[in-house]
Amino acid sequence: MDNVQLNNSEKMAESTSLSRLVKVQLWLKVNLFKDWKNAILTIIAAMFTVFIIVRVSNFIAESDWSVVSANLRLLMVGQFPVEEIWRLWIAVILISVLFGASWGLWRGVIGHVAITLSAIMLIFAAVPYTESITKLYLGVSIVSIYLFYAFGRKLPVLKIPVLILWILIIPIAVGIINGFGIIEPVSTNVWGGFLLTLVLASVAIICSFPIGLLLAVGRRSKLPVIKYTCIVYIELIRGMPLIMILFIGQLLLPMFIGGEIQIDNVLRAMIAFTLFSAAYLAENIRGGLQSIPRGQFEAGQALGLNHFKLMVFVILPQALKAVIPAMVGQFISIFKDTSLVAVIGLADFLGMAKKVAANPEYLGKYMELYVFIALMYFVFCYLMSHVSKALEKSLGAGNR
Amino acid sequence: MESKKAQATPLWRNKKVLPILIQILFVAIVGVAITIMVRNVQTGLEQIGLKIGLDFLNLKASFPIAESLISYTPEDPYSRAIIVGLLNTLKVSIFGIIIASVLGVIMGIARLSSNWLIRSLATVYVEVFRNTPLLVQIFIWNFAVFLPMPKIQDASSIGSFYFSNRGAAIPWFTFHENTFIWIGVIVILAAAAILLYKKLTSISIAKGKSTHPIMAVIVFLVISFILFYFLLGNGPFGISVPEFNGTAFVGGTSLSIGFLSMLVALSIYTSTFIAEIVRGGILGVPKGQTEAAKALGFKSPTALRLIIFPQAIRIIIPPLTSQYLNLIKNSSLAMAVAYQDIVGIGNTIINQTGHTFEIILIMISVYLLFSIGTSLFMNFFNKKFQLVER
Amino acid sequence: MESVFSVEKLTTPIDQREDIIKVKGLNKWYGDHHVLKDVDLHVKQGEVIVILGPSGSGKSTFIRTINALEEFQKGSIIVDNIALTDDLKNIEEIRKETGMVFQSFNLFPHMTILKNIALAPIWVRKWKKKKAEQISMELLERVGIPEQANKYPGQLSGGQQQRVAIARALAMQPKIMLFDEPTSALDPEMVKEVLDVMKKLAESGMTMLVVTHEMGFARQVADRIILFDKGEIVEMGMPEEIFDNPQHERTKLFLSQIL
Repeated sequence: MDNVQLNNSEKMAESTSLSRLVKVQLWLKVNLFKDWKNAILTIIAAMFTVFIIVRVSNFIAESDWSVVSANLRLLMVGQFPVEEIWRLWIAVILISVLFGASWGLWRGVIGHVAITLSAIMLIFAAVPYTESITKLYLGVSIVSIYLFYAFGRKLPVLKIPVLILWILIIPIAVGIINGFGIIEPVSTNVWGGFLLTLVLASVAIICSFPIGLLLAVGRRSKLPVIKYTCIVYIELIRGMPLIMILFIGQLLLPMFIGGEIQIDNVLRAMIAFTLFSAAYLAENIRGGLQSIPRGQFEAGQALGLNHFKLMVFVILPQALKAVIPAMVGQFISIFKDTSLVAVIGLADFLGMAKKVAANPEYLGKYMELYVFIALMYFVFCYLMSHVSKALEKSLGAGNR
Repeated sequence: MESKKAQATPLWRNKKVLPILIQILFVAIVGVAITIMVRNVQTGLEQIGLKIGLDFLNLKASFPIAESLISYTPEDPYSRAIIVGLLNTLKVSIFGIIIASVLGVIMGIARLSSNWLIRSLATVYVEVFRNTPLLVQIFIWNFAVFLPMPKIQDASSIGSFYFSNRGAAIPWFTFHENTFIWIGVIVILAAAAILLYKKLTSISIAKGKSTHPIMAVIVFLVISFILFYFLLGNGPFGISVPEFNGTAFVGGTSLSIGFLSMLVALSIYTSTFIAEIVRGGILGVPKGQTEAAKALGFKSPTALRLIIFPQAIRIIIPPLTSQYLNLIKNSSLAMAVAYQDIVGIGNTIINQTGHTFEIILIMISVYLLFSIGTSLFMNFFNKKFQLVER
Repeated sequence: MESVFSVEKLTTPIDQREDIIKVKGLNKWYGDHHVLKDVDLHVKQGEVIVILGPSGSGKSTFIRTINALEEFQKGSIIVDNIALTDDLKNIEEIRKETGMVFQSFNLFPHMTILKNIALAPIWVRKWKKKKAEQISMELLERVGIPEQANKYPGQLSGGQQQRVAIARALAMQPKIMLFDEPTSALDPEMVKEVLDVMKKLAESGMTMLVVTHEMGFARQVADRIILFDKGEIVEMGMPEEIFDNPQHERTKLFLSQIL
């Protein structure tokens, strides 16, 4: 049998030995110059592309990027006290370690994420606008990624500890920033910039998941009271623009809670995002639940599983697996939506940019500033959607 | 062995009673939570001295609104201000939907092109404008593109379209005496055109020969139009061209920077999603359909029109509805660039009067109406294209 | 090593055994549609009953009322001396004692074969994981496919999946096995392997209610054959009586269409 296979592959190698030049010509003909209509399209499109590239390059080269470089710290972490930034760096290094290790242990699309992150950090480190201590921290992070990648490849036993660390990373990071009771906590008022964007999005997604799950299950319940309450909530929230829900959070929430308890603006925004995201997540999860064939329910019931055990062991694992791509899409949306807090005056990534833009020193430099913001958002969102597509493919292949 | 006597099943284990008990418990918990919140709100309002009610809507608004489709002055009541906001929302939403749809369809089809360069350019377009937050795009258009435009005296122009840092002045339609007559004429012509198309199609099906229904309808419309033009003396609308009179543009219509930024950003952002939906719709038609059409001898454009397109539309309509709704909801970001839509005006009124609840309720109702309206409209379309299934 | 198949029946002759299922005056309406009409049936322990009938006759609905997958409006069902009422506890007990095999297998696609079988014993019978997995492996051997234990349902053929489904139902050590057209969704070459497992099961003394179109199986294995039509039992008797000497018109009509 091996002989036969060897022969086949040799034959294949022979038949694909068209010269490279011929292959390129063939590709050009099929993809760009199929007929005269296509040829014209290609030429016009090519001229347009060149025009755009030239304009963009000129813009990048000739612009004064000082508006970004001078305010980089503000844009990334807001008013976070300079002396305490080391806490954030520890969290960054920790996350770099985890990404590196995960890449080594599981390979696949995590590698793309790890490499992209190290590339971003490298760019920030190489650029002359960052301080030396920042470059040091960045350097350590980049090294950790690759170092722990090597560790991960060699020591598969690290899988369980790495998983546990991933689950605990948020509490750990929060703990470091809050000082674990040993050192002074850093108040949430001064969190800003990209840091705040990340925090808002992460909290929203994590907290909205259990609520969304309950809503999705409740919406499918046969008990009319529960079902219609869930429907009303979901449709009400989905019918309103996010900015309105943020307003309700800012203006009405204090009224609902009563005078004695004070909630700061960031917390109000987090609650608003959580409630908003939960409604959309609920619809995603409901789609997954609906895709489970009735036979699964019946088989579980026939075996004697009660409703709760049926959901936990049979239905939910299948439903959630089916909606993971949609949920990643949801995270991308929330990540972009956090930019709306700029309208209610919070200083997240976009909000901070708006405040920087208000400085008369940078009059007319808006394009550079906002292009930088757009670029950062774009890189992260594109990365996440890339991960989502890869996840979709690998999950789809698993289900036959 | 004797069979167990039919014992009274305890309520909490009774299949029929348990659901009712659970619901009562649920209502109790939710009820308690709501009662606490309502009590808190009442105390809060008492402390400020505000009463809930809609009478304040008749008070004078006392704030200006930069652009409005109907006449408005700060002397008008709040209720009129709300209507102005509503109309502003509708204005930017309707035009946004139209432009986004056109762009989206073009980009969606481009994404499927066999030409690699076209395909790649379309992909870059979709990825770039989809992965950047809408608000960032709005800011860029507003602060980095339109605001830095030259002063109005030195406005740059393309033909009769003028751009300055106060916005754009473009030629626009004007109504005149014959406009109403023309509206009637157009309605009648449209109905006649549809009837003609249907008649010609059924004739061509019966006879087996093409009667070129589309060409025939186009010719009919053009001839009728020319006929009525001579009969009535002028066209349905006049065109008024903007002219600079030293301080501002007179004639045509003026579009503020806020409106322009919102329109451009909304259209481009939403078009990326529509492009993906259109692409998904066309790809979603089973390949067997194209193959069957070819096997039956259809030429590509005819196959596209009669076979692929109707089936693709079916797949496209539900997500398309969501995107239109999203666009309408996203128009609420207008307050970030000083375009006063319903949310922006609502916010101003809240700041002035403190009647947070009432205004928020009004805004919720408005957006719910938009939701229901768009859904009904699309349902109507959907029904027309439904497959009749067993 | 406990045998998972009950052995009790082999000693006493059928008519002297206990009734394990008592159905009396069973009526079910689906809206206005009278799906089951006054069904009476007593099933003895260890009996193998095959239920035949045209599609839409209510035979599937009937066996699904036995383990409460379908509700009924009038009549009574007593399974293993437990009355099927609104009491959730009774329903749970009955479902523990009845195993069901579905036409579309309904294996859990996200679990391995072994986990599919061991799930219910662990979480419903509350066995320890080790004991459950041991019993599951034994059952896999009984149905002939122990090597598939760590594969996923998607990787198995239809016949193998159905055999796993039988093992999964047996893992709960039920007193009664219900089969709802177990081979109707299988490619012809795989029907035999499943029927063989069912035959072995019948020979070992399990009480079985089988809805099927496999006449050969019915003739060989059934203690009693029941003909369902339009929601009621038309004729009931031993295989020889039904196949060779049918009494009712509708039975004759049905048999002439099938055979």
